[in-house]
Amino acid sequence: MQRYYSVGSNMAATDETSALLRSFECEQNLLSRPDGSANVRQGDTSVLAAVYGPGEVKMSEEIIDKATLKVIFKPKIGLPGCAEKLQERLLRNTCESVVLAVLHPRSGVNIVLQVIQDSGSLLSCCINAACMALVDSAVPMKCLVSAVTCAVMEEGRIVLDPDSKQEKESSAVLTFAFDSRENNVVTCSTKGCYTPEKYQECLSACGAASRNISSFFRQAVERRMSKEL
Amino acid sequence: MADSVGKVVIPGDILSEFRASEKTSKVALGPGLRQEGEEVLVTKGGILRHKEPNLYWIDCHQRRYIPAKGEDVIGIVTVKSGDVYRVDIGATQPATLSYLAFEGATKRNRPNVKVGDLVFAKLLVANKDMEPELVCIDSGGHSSGYGVIPADGGFMVHTSLNLVRKILSPNCDILKFLGKNVPFETAVGMNGRIWVKAKTPKDTIVVANAIASSEHMTNAQIRTMIRQLLDKLSGF
Repeated sequence: MQRYYSVGSNMAATDETSALLRSFECEQNLLSRPDGSANVRQGDTSVLAAVYGPGEVKMSEEIIDKATLKVIFKPKIGLPGCAEKLQERLLRNTCESVVLAVLHPRSGVNIVLQVIQDSGSLLSCCINAACMALVDSAVPMKCLVSAVTCAVMEEGRIVLDPDSKQEKESSAVLTFAFDSRENNVVTCSTKGCYTPEKYQECLSACGAASRNISSFFRQAVERRMSKEL
Repeated sequence: MADSVGKVVIPGDILSEFRASEKTSKVALGPGLRQEGEEVLVTKGGILRHKEPNLYWIDCHQRRYIPAKGEDVIGIVTVKSGDVYRVDIGATQPATLSYLAFEGATKRNRPNVKVGDLVFAKLLVANKDMEPELVCIDSGGHSSGYGVIPADGGFMVHTSLNLVRKILSPNCDILKFLGKNVPFETAVGMNGRIWVKAKTPKDTIVVANAIASSEHMTNAQIRTMIRQLLDKLSGF
């Protein structure tokens, strides 16, 4: 399968043949009501993220020395259940590690994620969308976070950024989130069976791909600001 | 560092080689920059700006207002409680405004402020750990332009904070050029709220629309846009 890593209009294939991401698109500031918003599309997977904050927070959720982060995950159909709550928690912990919450004590930052289309690698798309929406809202952050999903196929091949068909056929699906400064792992979520060696292999493949996403994020911000330069 | 000024930076970028002022050998870091140990980090995505001699900050498109001491804001009075008014200024918390902080106000002579009124005020206290506090007088006790905005035909528009900074900068001539053609009154709050009032409601709408749509325009584009609006207004 031929896959490309897209940076806006110019398509550039990454070096490894199996380590290619689907086309990656990002649109910022597309909603008028929230303080920041972003739509990230990875292939056919599309997630819309909105950030409200730093704003008021319920008395019961107030933290005295930092901002309260809240993630609301809205699935495409139906009501959010247990799996969605787990997803919310994972996303909240990921965002908390990069947001400088101490700068806005006793306030709340709400992140709403609406799934528009799920064609595999949903979690990584959600993390990327949340990160771009946070940058757009200008909530102070330590650094950016970029996430990559990979699937270990039955025969042992690793596919980066799998679509839903590949995810179904695979023996394991792993998602890693990395910070943009030192490329350290922030979050790791896995499903299925894999060997420790495969895990390391996936980690290094995703780490390399996350650098591309980080540089794409920089270009996305540059494009957004290009009018003011 | 000198080469990053005027360029886009993203959170996590490390900056170095700041130009310090010659007198004090200090560097002033504005919004979006933060010192962590020996390094200076960027915390917001935007354009790095520099002002002589030693001031650095990030210019970003933010919508949420973070109160800063001494800034002029437009607030909406939401609650009257005891001897203070609670005023919504678009920040995380409502600000307080003492009824004594008006020109000529005394314990016996309270100012006439109702819930829902707009006030143009200055931030006296703005601190991340404290409630913001507003005043409608200067240090000499005079109103100097602050106070309740009369509710007789004006209109308030919400814009981004970037637009407010833009129209207040001396390089931007939108207010001057508009004012030459349509006389109007205006109050510009740093919290992204702009109040305008012209002679007729029609003129007010034109002025408000012109200001709201000028965010991503250059001076030349603004002039063209205003000319087109004025042509429409006079019936061409």
